[in-house]
Amino acid sequence: MTVLDLLLEPLQFDFMVRALATTVIAAIVCALLSCWLVLVGWSLMGDAVSHAVLPGVVIAYVLGAPFALGALVFGFLAVALIGAIRGTSRIKEDAAIGIVFTTLFALGLVLISVTPSHTDLNHIIFGNILGVSDADLVQIAVLAAVAFVILVLKRRDLTLYAFDPLHTHAIGLSPRFLGALLLGLLALTAVVALQVVGVILVVAMLIIPGATAHLLTDRFGRMLVIAPVLSAACSVVGIYLSYWLDAASGGLVVLVQGAAFLLVYLFSPRHGLIGRLPWARRRTAVAS
Amino acid sequence: MSPADPTPAIEVADVVVRYGEVVALDGVSLSIAPGRVTGLVGMNGSGKSTLFKAIMGMVRPDRGHVLIDGAAPAAARRRGIVGYVPQSEDVDWTFPVSVRDVVMMGRYGRQGLTRRARPADHAAVADALDRVELTGYAERQIGQLSGGQRKRAFVARGIAQDARILLLDEPFAGVDKRSEATIVRLLRELADDGRTVLVSTHDLHALPRLADEAVLLLHRILFHGDVSEALRPDHLARAFGLDVLDRDLDPELDRDREASA
Repeated sequence: MTVLDLLLEPLQFDFMVRALATTVIAAIVCALLSCWLVLVGWSLMGDAVSHAVLPGVVIAYVLGAPFALGALVFGFLAVALIGAIRGTSRIKEDAAIGIVFTTLFALGLVLISVTPSHTDLNHIIFGNILGVSDADLVQIAVLAAVAFVILVLKRRDLTLYAFDPLHTHAIGLSPRFLGALLLGLLALTAVVALQVVGVILVVAMLIIPGATAHLLTDRFGRMLVIAPVLSAACSVVGIYLSYWLDAASGGLVVLVQGAAFLLVYLFSPRHGLIGRLPWARRRTAVAS
Repeated sequence: MSPADPTPAIEVADVVVRYGEVVALDGVSLSIAPGRVTGLVGMNGSGKSTLFKAIMGMVRPDRGHVLIDGAAPAAARRRGIVGYVPQSEDVDWTFPVSVRDVVMMGRYGRQGLTRRARPADHAAVADALDRVELTGYAERQIGQLSGGQRKRAFVARGIAQDARILLLDEPFAGVDKRSEATIVRLLRELADDGRTVLVSTHDLHALPRLADEAVLLLHRILFHGDVSEALRPDHLARAFGLDVLDRDLDPELDRDREASA
């Protein structure tokens, strides 16, 4: 059996083709968004929102409404609650985040347990990439396309907001609107990634690619290319590994992303740990 | 200032800003004429940054109002006439943007919805970089500049924006003497162009060369006038909460005393 056979064999199965397509789509749009999330410092917020959308998705399922709608409502609700608790009590933001997202996540779990077809909904928690239907794929592709287009069109504003909200305000743009836009896209993207890795691991796809790309380049424009490419590649590797090893696909996608981060963290030419060690720096100094 | 003075560039009228129980600005009134460099002097926590935020409309005063060039701050912001140079701690210096990117951000208010740069924008950015002598550093990541160069990059952003009013928050913190002189010269030139420059600082020795006038702030305006007079020991002592005569300078008590006097 050649390497090519190893790569082509899984593609004989429709479910594997759909799995790969879904994963690549989700990986690209999540990675794109992650570039801003890591720079704004919203990693924890990404974690919170991606968990807090769970009850929204369950309720949407029960009502037959689009998942994205339920996710958006609960995403914003979570952020509003976090802001309210922080603003009106002595509780600090990280504690407020912890309280709100775990409570909403728990609400989602309870709702799942009382909803008749709970086998379906458990997939939301752990992901069910191998069980994606054509209809799921279409829905994911549409949501991802919407998020992708908005991110690309508003990329300069979002970067400005991430870099200097005060200047954003000073030149007559609205940091509040841009923050809300980023938040809405976060909820939307969480829905896209739910199918792939599940609620619990979504945050990995929303943080790791941006963080990895940030260690590789000093240009935001390049981050926006590196993160999606890297994330898509890692996700494909993860899906293949799950096929060959017959292990959890969502878990492997995230594991491969984490491994890629580790390699970059250690060996990135300019910002890697190895390159910044004292003896390495001395060598570069002599060379230059 | 003569009665023939034009509309003040910045007019702050009886502004009160509270954060919970902390009173950051306690009835601040201030009028700054166009085309002048004004030093806003006060110690940390005296309300300098809050005053800047109130001028930019970033915090809403609990009382009083601010006028920029005779109009509401929101209108001034839409016209893009307010430029801001943040203090170093407020900037993420590892952010993956080049010096040119940062200066280009000054143009966003004048661009279309996707902020695609047009030839006029590129020209304005090139001019601004030239003006602050950073042309050779344009492609560097912003954190790879020295302290003084970083400040100049942000001043260039204000120039590219064609801001008529420039607010600089602690521009001399972490800046060496030579860079400080360069920045002072640059700000003087900008004022000579007719721009209004308001510089917050707790660093006093640059003040005489830099500013036309000085404002001493400690939650309230303690003094507004000539720089040399502002630097008199008794004025400074009040601004920095040290009093040579060892009087009690707690503002609350001060006000009580005035009330009972």
